[in-house]
Amino acid sequence: MRAWASAHRRAFISAFARLAASPLANLLNISVIGIALALPLGFFVVLSNLQGLARNLKPQPEISIFLAPEATAAEVRIIELRLKSRSGLAGFRFVPRAQALEQLKSRAGLADVAAGLAGNPLPDAFVVIAGASDAAALETLRAEFAAWPKVAEAHVDSDWARRLDGLLAVGRYAVLMLAAALALALAAITFNTIRLQILTQRDEIEVAKLIGATDGWIQRPFLYFGGLIGMAGGIAAWLLTALALLVFNNQLGPLSSLYGVPLELAHLAWADSLFALLFAAGLGWFGAWLSVRRHLSAHNLV
Amino acid sequence: MTQIVLSSVSKRYPGGHDALANITLTVETGELVFITGHSGAGKSTLLKLMAAIERPTTGSVIVNGQNIGTLRARGIPFLRRNFGLVFQDHKLLFDRNAFENVMLPLDITGFDRREGARRARAALDKVGLLHKEKARPITLSGGEQQRLCIARAIVHRPAVLLADEPTGNLDAEYAAEIATLFSDFNLVGVTVVLATHDAQLAARLNPRIINIRGGRLVA
Repeated sequence: MRAWASAHRRAFISAFARLAASPLANLLNISVIGIALALPLGFFVVLSNLQGLARNLKPQPEISIFLAPEATAAEVRIIELRLKSRSGLAGFRFVPRAQALEQLKSRAGLADVAAGLAGNPLPDAFVVIAGASDAAALETLRAEFAAWPKVAEAHVDSDWARRLDGLLAVGRYAVLMLAAALALALAAITFNTIRLQILTQRDEIEVAKLIGATDGWIQRPFLYFGGLIGMAGGIAAWLLTALALLVFNNQLGPLSSLYGVPLELAHLAWADSLFALLFAAGLGWFGAWLSVRRHLSAHNLV
Repeated sequence: MTQIVLSSVSKRYPGGHDALANITLTVETGELVFITGHSGAGKSTLLKLMAAIERPTTGSVIVNGQNIGTLRARGIPFLRRNFGLVFQDHKLLFDRNAFENVMLPLDITGFDRREGARRARAALDKVGLLHKEKARPITLSGGEQQRLCIARAIVHRPAVLLADEPTGNLDAEYAAEIATLFSDFNLVGVTVVLATHDAQLAARLNPRIINIRGGRLVA
């Protein structure tokens, strides 16, 4: 066990030495990987920020029931009773047409329009807070309300939140696809880097095999090297994203004071960051593994 | 004890060249064996078969009771650790100094680093290169490079030394030095199998001589 640990430690040290042996070339490799990974990472950060925003904004799903203009007080009362007895609702409130007009008047820019009206064109309305939140249940409920007598129209008000959700889901897929493509690029970069290393280390590999090195002993430093390159590329990507966010948030400052709301994009949470780094390291390892398998056997060295 | 047994061994390389035909021989533990013959006679192939660098086309090669023909690939590294290999072209690594070259076999077997360093210096001392442990192989003379190769071959204290033309590129004085080294190792119990076309070298050490010509044993 101690021998095993020491073998791995030495392989790691040797991989690190190879990294330090040609700093410029490896730095370039790491930047290429970093830039390639920064793209999906950045998109992911923007997306999770938008998702957080949508979660905060999303109201409880509401259904507005607009009554027919000719509905009498007694008919309004009947609907109110029906709503009270209807199970599965989280609550409702009545918005009389006069109150609706007042609200319209108080809204900036619409007071003039309201003042210019001859009468009150608005109908009485109920705003129902539905118990369920999935689209199908809401639609059933809406259709039920719309079919009641003296109901002119019923609307589900949380449509926009669902549309945003759908849009974000599409965005998530786009980011995933981008990440997959660039992950392939990362694996390809390490694959090629390791190929060049194997070519320059041919003599050592050949001699080591002749004097009794196992395949594992020969492969290990290359695998560690791939993992290290991937990890370093991941760190570079994280830093690039952090830098981009810093610049971006700086630009958001004036905008946020203009609207009077704090607008700021947050970087990945620590757990997500760690996962991203490990993912990058794993990709580097994978590329190295492919390369070692391919090239050591191609050169008849394993 | 019998260490290496070849029974009816033939080796045909791809392309149809027969390097060895119907070789049967045994090497006992502690023997000093010279394989002689002209270049191209099959001496190198014979050594490569013993070290599992090549596999026989027909017949069997058995080293320490293990049949090389049927040995699985992952078993080969462990079989090779029984041997110290000395190459005519040294196969030294030029990107590291003499000491690190000698450390390589110990690193491969996961030997303790401090104890390994002690052994590596002992091996360098044995071949008279301790004062050059920091030197790069490229700065060493041909004879010194060959001695460094021998130090690397003996550092893990193998049971068998296999040497392919160890004096091939050396002048007579150096060659005698190297021959004495091999004879010293043999005296302390190491089996030595040495391929050479140098008849003088053989005459000096009085080994058992196996002569091959055109891939066949000459009685």
